[in-house]
Amino acid sequence: MDSIALSRQLLDDDKMIVNMGPSHPTTHGTLRIVLELQGETITKATPEMGYLHRGVEKLGESLSYQQFIPLTDRLNYCSAIMNNVGYATAVEKLLGIQIPKRAEQIRVLMSELSRVADHIVCVGVNAVDIGAFTAFLYLFKQRETAYDLFEMAAGQRLHTSFTRIGGLFRDIPEDFAVHTERFVVECEAAIDELERLLTHNPIWYDRTKGVGAISPEDAVNWGYTGPCLRAAGVPQDLRKSQPYLGYETYDFDIPIGTTGDVFDRYLVRVEEMRQSLRIIRQVLARLEPGPIMVDDPKVALPSKEHVYTRMESLIHHFKLIMHGMDMPVGEVYSATEAANGELGFYLVSDGGKNPYRIRVRPPCLPIFSSFEDQVKGGLIADAVAVLGAMNIIAGELDR
Amino acid sequence: MSELSINDAVVTTRLDAVVNWGRKNSLWPMPFGVACCAIEFMSMMSSKYDLSRFGAEAMRFSPRQSDMMLVLGTITNKMAPVLRTIYAQMAEPKWVISMGVCASSGGMYRTYATLQGIDRIIPVDVYVPGCPPRPESMIYGVMKLQEKIEKESLSMRKDHIARFYESLERQEAIQTAKGLTGQQTIREMLMDAADRGVGSIF
Amino acid sequence: MIIEHIDAQLPGAIADRHAFRGDQTIVVAKAGFMAVVELLHREGFQFLVDITAVDWPEREQRFDVVYHWLNLASQERLRLKVPVADGESVPTLALLFKTANWFEREVFDLFGICFDGHPDLRRLITWDDFPGHALRKDFPLDGGDAFCMEGCTAPYNNGERARA
Repeated sequence: MDSIALSRQLLDDDKMIVNMGPSHPTTHGTLRIVLELQGETITKATPEMGYLHRGVEKLGESLSYQQFIPLTDRLNYCSAIMNNVGYATAVEKLLGIQIPKRAEQIRVLMSELSRVADHIVCVGVNAVDIGAFTAFLYLFKQRETAYDLFEMAAGQRLHTSFTRIGGLFRDIPEDFAVHTERFVVECEAAIDELERLLTHNPIWYDRTKGVGAISPEDAVNWGYTGPCLRAAGVPQDLRKSQPYLGYETYDFDIPIGTTGDVFDRYLVRVEEMRQSLRIIRQVLARLEPGPIMVDDPKVALPSKEHVYTRMESLIHHFKLIMHGMDMPVGEVYSATEAANGELGFYLVSDGGKNPYRIRVRPPCLPIFSSFEDQVKGGLIADAVAVLGAMNIIAGELDR
Repeated sequence: MSELSINDAVVTTRLDAVVNWGRKNSLWPMPFGVACCAIEFMSMMSSKYDLSRFGAEAMRFSPRQSDMMLVLGTITNKMAPVLRTIYAQMAEPKWVISMGVCASSGGMYRTYATLQGIDRIIPVDVYVPGCPPRPESMIYGVMKLQEKIEKESLSMRKDHIARFYESLERQEAIQTAKGLTGQQTIREMLMDAADRGVGSIF
Repeated sequence: MIIEHIDAQLPGAIADRHAFRGDQTIVVAKAGFMAVVELLHREGFQFLVDITAVDWPEREQRFDVVYHWLNLASQERLRLKVPVADGESVPTLALLFKTANWFEREVFDLFGICFDGHPDLRRLITWDDFPGHALRKDFPLDGGDAFCMEGCTAPYNNGERARA
């Protein structure tokens, strides 16, 4: 890759090569963009990825289905639970089992909390890159409260590994609903504050309006999903068009943009945060007691009390962990609407304990691959704004 | 710190102690943030946990303007030469804290693509385990580094830093001789070292 | 639904088909592949979701290049598999679907399958002179680095301790 920069420099001395990354001040994880500049105008931008490629897909082939769950946490690490939910949904589709209602509701609740947390990071970091540091600090206070909620439910702030195949790790504590309601109120106030800071701010408007605009046909052709696609004007959201986990029973709207530029993406994300809080309120209102794990002994581990006191449960636990579940032979593709777009899991099973092939379809890979089209002819400052609005999470991009 | 007060107005101390006191209380971090630990680092820098109490508020993303490199996240084999270059660009005195298990030992990723610990390629001062470590653990790591700095001596340049620069020259020699990329050179040096039973390449 | 269209307009193109857990899959030989893709593009399947591959080393046609499509209007999904042997290449979709560009580069990087007509076929997520293709079944998990698995037990090494 270094040779590309060098050979371009030798060809044409009017152009300047600027290398952004892989270690760079914008807080977007490791990626590299080689920019060719004429003055401040970008004539060519070659993105390069793979600096966080840890070999997750290959590692998955030597781990059992349950053991892969912590690896899914670390894909989109800003919203870890949504990856857990997406993966568990895929394995449950492969098994053909239906999880209990309470587990579905809690999964929706935690997914929407994660979506809010992810958009907080995206908007906050996008603002920091452009120079608006205050928004980041105000929003991060809300993210800390969300962390407290995750810790209350799952025991961990960031990498929760909250779902299990067939349900959840454990039930949420009794005072969770009270704290979540308080968070919803505070977060709505914080989003209002954020809007007062940025939405009608002339500097923000000038930096982001018209930057990185994309037409709906182009967005579909590039494979965009998620807020970037909706900002371009395409009303595609898997929660509405291919509902899962009972999303069809909740009352929420999907914000659609017009031009697909950075300003529209920002507005779409802010509105999605509000809609997520709306969904959280509805889940809290209708949460009913019940089991959180499917009642299938071939899939669900027995409870710890039984494992420690009964012989059959001990053997059952041993068999499930050491020999894995009885998986059918076949392949499935299951997609959920993660914070960045369509997070897909393609699982190929040959009936054994470990998956034969796990493929993670990262939502930000097609978006990042279109980077050159988005910034060509623009200024470097615009490149930074566009990169922020794309919400590239390297863990998910490179796996 | 031994002090001798003369007339209550003059306090003499050993030079080491003064310099180390200054250094440990103004560690300017260079966050080499690559993955999830960087998100916990962001939490640590924001107001709830606040690293700036320790003098570390000036978060410069440039290696030239910082003295403490926090490696936050999984360093993969593709990223390894970049890490070495950035470490080489830092001016001495410099310290490295490896935050999280991925940086300390490769974490849960025992694969072809992940470097099994950054101490294989650069010298490390403090390891902070956790996946990711809580902000309190990270702050404890910085405090441990401060304790370590307190005991340092100014007169001797650190041996491991000298060996690191030697290994950097060796890497460049191999790279130009064989025409490989930085990543493949480091990989070969690592496998070579593993054959000899040594963990690191410096 | 789309499968009936394909059968009607390109009879014999589909070598095999199945539906498992609601996912419809068709297997198409390399020869008829581009015709099927153009048909899909006309019939509203403009959203190429994913391109990947699966390695079945015991088979003669070792790799299955797997494509996933989504019809935005009808929300219908389709999986298309093209079996190829080691060394064979597949026609590229990068000109018709811009998203295919990087997905095909990734398949080339991890499996070694070439795509004819691709504008820029080079490695994507491993480094430029990475020895081998990582996701093939005969490529070891640790990439040949004995230190990587040192002292490591199950699940990676079937319970044996590596290099104690």
